[in-house]
Amino acid sequence: MSLQGKVALVTGASRGIGAAIADTLAAAGAKVIGTATSEGGAAAIGERLAQWGGVGMVLNVGEDGAIDALVDTISKEYGDVAILVNNAGITRDGLLMRMKDEDWDAIMDTNLKSVFKTSKAVMRGMMKARWGRIINIASVVGAMGNAGQANYAAAKAGIMGFTKSMAREVGSRGITVNCVAPGFIDTDMTRALPEAQREALVQQIALGRLGAAQDIADAVDFLASSRAAYVTGQTLHVNGGMLMP
Amino acid sequence: MENIEARVKKIVAEQLGVNEAEVKIDSSFVDDLGADSLDTVELVMALEEEFECEIPDEEAEKITTVQQAVDYVTAHLNK
Repeated sequence: MSLQGKVALVTGASRGIGAAIADTLAAAGAKVIGTATSEGGAAAIGERLAQWGGVGMVLNVGEDGAIDALVDTISKEYGDVAILVNNAGITRDGLLMRMKDEDWDAIMDTNLKSVFKTSKAVMRGMMKARWGRIINIASVVGAMGNAGQANYAAAKAGIMGFTKSMAREVGSRGITVNCVAPGFIDTDMTRALPEAQREALVQQIALGRLGAAQDIADAVDFLASSRAAYVTGQTLHVNGGMLMP
Repeated sequence: MENIEARVKKIVAEQLGVNEAEVKIDSSFVDDLGADSLDTVELVMALEEEFECEIPDEEAEKITTVQQAVDYVTAHLNK
């Protein structure tokens, strides 16, 4: 129960990687607030996390003022956020030649700008506490690129640069900021890929298989814990050897 | 007025980790009291909480000495 008493905010906790992260941090003793974009999703998260005392809340990261309002509510009801996991993300894949401005903007707003906004919103509490953990879920694609994902890769690489700058700004206050960059993980997002593309991707993985959401959650659990107190500004690649940067 | 000055000095001393006696009315946070840029942001946050007000970023940037902090708080508490 290494995270006993810490308030953890995990965005995009309905499914896949975010769900595994929320459950793992909750099982480690944190008071987890998992967010979903719909009431139904938030209720389902609440049911799942109830056994550990966690709750589900609605958050649409693109909505003006929504992030500040959520962080405010959490502070009042449960205390300041000590662990922030920026996991919420979407894809709008397509070749650059066919990519619409809206596809670019949607990815930048949801996947990158949201990280800036949530981090800023929790910063006051973390600085006062002289302790904090921000863990941003990036992607192997942000480090190696991927045809058809120029927008997604740009946002994920942006997260890595943001992480390094933040780590330098707030390190003196006991706050660490890191990324976990998942490789090819078996989730709804990757299940949407064509079979042929999935097989081609597996060929590039040293361990010869897809990762599980739990593999990512375990990395996040480590970075959130006191064991990772001297790790900041890093990107921890969890990709089965798909990329060795 | 004196009361505000004393409260401001106390917060400055606490936030910047200096002895309250070192905090003079004309002390500059950065030049005299060794604050870095993040310290000054935190200091403004602490002032906001102590005096229950919100200091806009444009105003916060202009508060670089104890006197300026006292003046700001005085002007805005009177409203």
